[in-house]
Amino acid sequence: MKKLLMGNEAMAYGAIEGGVQVVTGYPGTPSSEVFTSLAAMAKEKKIVAQWSVNEKVALEVAAGAAYAGARAMVTMKQVGLNVAADPLMTLAYIGIKGGLVLVVADDPGPHSSQNEQDTRRFASFAKLPVLDPADPQEALIMAREAFEISEKLGLPVLLRPTTRTCHVCQDVEVSDAIVPTQEVTGFEKNPGWVIFPSLASKRHSWLNQQQDEARQLFESSSFNRIDPGTGRQGIIAGGVAYHYVKEALDLLGLDIPVLKIGTPYPLPVNLVMKYLDKLDRVLVVEEQEPVLEDQLIQMVFQHRRPVILRGKYNRLVPREGELDTGKVKEIIANFLKIELSDHKKVLNSPPLPVRPPILCAGCPHRASFYVFKQAALGTDAIFTGDIGCYTLGNMAPLHAVDTCLCMGASITIGSGLQMVEPNKKIVAFLGDSTFFHTGLPGLINAVHNQAKQTVVVLDNRTTAMTGHQSHPGLPRTAIGEPVEPLDIARLAEACGVGFVRVVDPYDYAASLEVARQALAFEGVAVVVMRRECVALVKGGQTARVIDSEKCLDCGLCIEELGCPAIARGEEGPVIGDTCTGCDLCRQLCPTGAIIERGGAE
Amino acid sequence: MRKSLNILLVGVGGQGTILATRVLAKAAQEAGYDIKVSEIKGMAQRGGSVVTQVRLGEKVYSPLIAEGSADVILAFEKMEALRWLPYLKQDGHIIINDQAIAPVPVLTGAAVYPEDCLERVKQLACHTMVVDALNIAVDCGNPKAANVVLMGMLAKRLPITKETWLKALKARVPERFIDVNLKAFEQGFNL
Repeated sequence: MKKLLMGNEAMAYGAIEGGVQVVTGYPGTPSSEVFTSLAAMAKEKKIVAQWSVNEKVALEVAAGAAYAGARAMVTMKQVGLNVAADPLMTLAYIGIKGGLVLVVADDPGPHSSQNEQDTRRFASFAKLPVLDPADPQEALIMAREAFEISEKLGLPVLLRPTTRTCHVCQDVEVSDAIVPTQEVTGFEKNPGWVIFPSLASKRHSWLNQQQDEARQLFESSSFNRIDPGTGRQGIIAGGVAYHYVKEALDLLGLDIPVLKIGTPYPLPVNLVMKYLDKLDRVLVVEEQEPVLEDQLIQMVFQHRRPVILRGKYNRLVPREGELDTGKVKEIIANFLKIELSDHKKVLNSPPLPVRPPILCAGCPHRASFYVFKQAALGTDAIFTGDIGCYTLGNMAPLHAVDTCLCMGASITIGSGLQMVEPNKKIVAFLGDSTFFHTGLPGLINAVHNQAKQTVVVLDNRTTAMTGHQSHPGLPRTAIGEPVEPLDIARLAEACGVGFVRVVDPYDYAASLEVARQALAFEGVAVVVMRRECVALVKGGQTARVIDSEKCLDCGLCIEELGCPAIARGEEGPVIGDTCTGCDLCRQLCPTGAIIERGGAE
Repeated sequence: MRKSLNILLVGVGGQGTILATRVLAKAAQEAGYDIKVSEIKGMAQRGGSVVTQVRLGEKVYSPLIAEGSADVILAFEKMEALRWLPYLKQDGHIIINDQAIAPVPVLTGAAVYPEDCLERVKQLACHTMVVDALNIAVDCGNPKAANVVLMGMLAKRLPITKETWLKALKARVPERFIDVNLKAFEQGFNL
């Protein structure tokens, strides 16, 4: 049966067809919908779906299930794998019993990430096989087959889609047939599960042997194939780049042989050698790192093939950003020394104003940032930030995020800054989900090392940026079952924080008072700014309007808040339809010119 | 062999480009096309410049539309129309919603909104249609249906039957909004 599916949904269907029993993960664009699609099917398909507090936890929980023989899947974005690196590197030595598949989504561009790291590289570093789908249909098949590959090799398998597979929709062939999994045998005690150095040295030899096993397995894999063509020049392409190559060749009217690679590590040597047999020159087209190219250079050298390789090392193929058909067409033309006659439409006019993403109208984070900026006015405070919608607090006019590195780094970077700049106020902003992810260890570290800083938890009761997923601070699980929520304020108290307050950011006066006290506190202070994400509670409050009689057009509401609902009109500011009635501007207006829409003047 | 078509939907996060894309994808699927739709989610959705790419044909490889190869651009905001214009084919059509949404640099006075953006588009594109979709949607009963007015205009210009469009619209729009959306679609279709 054909279904119009997004790549992430397709992988969820693939996992079901592959007999997945346990799925864990942590949200992260572009990976999140793999998990949420599985969670939506969890009850019907009788699988366990749990959001974990972070990727390390997710991988370990899934590994435990696989130790007992279950088929398990873990989902995350590429930087999440850094958090899960510790269990991953040694899990490769220990191996697994039930199939274990890590879906790790890469984001060349990057569109929604802090870097462009290549998970294929990570897989080869961890000595684990990796599958690289070219489109949603192939992603489904790979998700299904990955469990069997994992069990055959006794190793976790990585499935690495990129944004242009995750968030691309196409008609996908889905099946109701589920691979019948063998009955789960349960955990069997033996010394093989305990990684002593003596075991590690033995298992390392085994792991190295498995590289050849995996290579052998991939020699006949349907994920790799040769599209025949004519001439003695060819192209090797991996992942979504394969489609750009095919289309570019169509546009150029060329018929040259293409080797499509879906198993970038370990690369099947016999297949590659067979392909190279009839060729003199080969172009390697892949996004991100030269993962295929490096292995090809090695193979060509080892097998003394006089073939000329072209790709990233002679700067024909970029190592940064995404590819597309246009770029690949130019690359191929360059490789084959063909003249292109394209002319592009040039906007030879002044550059347009940029339209960066912004905090939504009524976003409680805007109020929180503004309050702390005001409380710290004239103090030269440093505002450290974290990963979430609130990284946008960096933008004008708020300018309330001075650093952002990775998940959980707001508190820790702040602690380091404070050691060197003891006279400056340090305010660390992080979200509720991020607090649970990796914020807590930093908070404990700050208390133990007697740091002096204010930690602001922007508690909007959700994981907003990635599409509103649940977390341990909420009274429901990933599949919507009720659960006792963890209280961030009580956790902070238990960590030994001497000043803990919870306040509503929509209440400006109360928030300002708490912010001032927190900044004056000699030690670690935690302020939980609690107010539900405005995208979840639309339509709750009356919008505001400006009473033009009272408005002096001082510009404060526009210039200080940067709220997209307030624009400059011909006679002073105007509040538009997107106003949610958060009331921040009314509380700040020096002349009381902002009132409830339809309210008495 | 079906002619392949590249359609770019551009606008501002929150304008309903994703829903419009889903309706288009559904209609194209019903009509038997091979399709690829590419969306960008995450940070850009927070009021940023957003683009979705829809490709239809006998066999579609790339999920992305190359510069200079869009048959139609459906622009939900006029400055975005200008921004994405380099993607339009030499003889392509551009349908523009006559609405200006000021980005933050304009709101705060750091940049100026290009008031002449429609004129600039018209100078560079051969087939430009400008419509006040917001006003039409208001007349239909809900300003949020502006995206469906634009869908209707697009529908008239694509080789997919009206019945197929209506079926797709009903499949993708929540039940309680269907009447206003059908009205909005009809208005757009008849423009």
